[in-house]
Amino acid sequence: MPLIEFHDFSFKYLGAESLALRKVDLQVETGEYVVITGPSGCGKTTLCRAINGLVPQFHRGYIAGNVVIDGKNTRESNVAELATVAGLVFQQPENQLVTLNVEREIAFGPENLGVDPDEVRRRVEELIEMLDLEHLREKHPHEMSGGEQQRVAMAATLALKPKILVADEPTSNLDPQSAETILDLIADLNRRDMTVVLVEHRLDLVSKDASRVVLMDKGSIVADGEPREVLTMDICEEIGVGIPKATQLYKRLKERGITLGDVPLTGSELATLVQEVKIR
Amino acid sequence: MILLEDVYFAYDGLYTALQGVSLQIDDGERIAIMGSNGAGKTTLVKHLNGLLRPDSGRVILDGVDTKHYSVAELAREIGLVMQNPDHQLFLESVEREILFSLENLGYSKEEAKPRCEETLSNLGLEGFSERSPFTLSGGERKRVALASVLATEPRVLSLDEPTIGQDARQKKNLAGMLAELNQKGKTVIVVTHDIEFVIENFPRTITMANGRIVADGPTNSVLSNNDVIERCSLTRPQLTETARHLHNVFPEVPERLTLMDDLEEVVVKVLGGV
Repeated sequence: MPLIEFHDFSFKYLGAESLALRKVDLQVETGEYVVITGPSGCGKTTLCRAINGLVPQFHRGYIAGNVVIDGKNTRESNVAELATVAGLVFQQPENQLVTLNVEREIAFGPENLGVDPDEVRRRVEELIEMLDLEHLREKHPHEMSGGEQQRVAMAATLALKPKILVADEPTSNLDPQSAETILDLIADLNRRDMTVVLVEHRLDLVSKDASRVVLMDKGSIVADGEPREVLTMDICEEIGVGIPKATQLYKRLKERGITLGDVPLTGSELATLVQEVKIR
Repeated sequence: MILLEDVYFAYDGLYTALQGVSLQIDDGERIAIMGSNGAGKTTLVKHLNGLLRPDSGRVILDGVDTKHYSVAELAREIGLVMQNPDHQLFLESVEREILFSLENLGYSKEEAKPRCEETLSNLGLEGFSERSPFTLSGGERKRVALASVLATEPRVLSLDEPTIGQDARQKKNLAGMLAELNQKGKTVIVVTHDIEFVIENFPRTITMANGRIVADGPTNSVLSNNDVIERCSLTRPQLTETARHLHNVFPEVPERLTLMDDLEEVVVKVLGGV
């Protein structure tokens, strides 16, 4: 059974004129790393909210169809219950941090769900180690850099032991090196079997880690497949999605009659593929 | 011309955000400011329009120390679009939001309306006039905040992280609009982490770390300096990175290529032409 199931799901925010999601069908299996991308305003954030039940439990509106997460229909489950299945990380970590130090921040979620104190302590220690937060242990979240704050926000989300990590442009406020650290961390979580749904415009940063790219436009899914397949589709340019430079170069070469052995997503892949053609 | 002379600034007198920043910005320049989170970039641009005032040092606009001007006076000359649109938007419709800033700067209703419509359409926001900004997506709200300042066409435009939440097409539109304003003689300053946006649109780049300027010069040379990249928490631009990987395999490929067209020609040549 898929972990995330959207069945013909449509949603319109209260007071909005048009649908934010229209007839979305999406199945995600355990362990997948799905990148959601598409023009601004296409419904990516609403899709994230629908996975952890904020739509329709918190953001109300017109609904049709169903979303079933780990067997739970989000129409009938409360947000707290879904938070232990799908953890959400946002673009602005400061909007998500509520306490005065890192330990308290990580403990906040599980304590509120009544998790046993010994178990809470165990999770705090585990996450401090995993996300390299030891040196920040006593620090106030507002004294940290954006990258550090985002690591703490992720730790706080992971403390609920979700099966799915939903991250909505988690690196767009971060400097490039901090962004890389966060994305490496997400890829690493995915290798440890965490199912990942990541919203991102900068596909050059994430497509090498992703198992799948879902392209949205005007509330609908317009393409869905492996990164190398989706990123070479013409629809990317039609709706204004930015593909990695290495992939762009592949397409340009192909137009000139030079076909590389595979579609590169990074500069190093491109160099290897060019070398293979040369040897041939 | 804007001149910063040895500017120091500390939040609450404690946390030193700028430590001796000196800088000259000529009229009509296009400048990107880059660097790690907390390097002082936003603090720096807030000094340009007087939102923050130096603890020591001076900010000089056309020969006059800006301490003699109010923020309202400076805002006519120097527009600032903040990083978080929610700190800037407060009216009930997109159109009201844009008209508000125009009318505040003394535009008549007759002038303001067409200017508002033109700006909205330039930023791909046609049809959004009557919408409440708070029903829009993050990327759309960002563009409304941009529109409210771009519409007033100040002499100097400073934009804090304008590309966040924008897809490739919107980024292109924004770049086109900034280029057009620049053609009219406006100075454009962006604070951004978006290296590709900088490479493609800004001839001069200033990088910062720990409240100080680390490098200031032509974008291509600043962003191909490994020491600067390391110290300012940057990463190499995609094309430079691709060129570097190709260079490792084919030494005849120059290490420092920043244009797609050049890279394409080089690869075609390596493979012996078509």
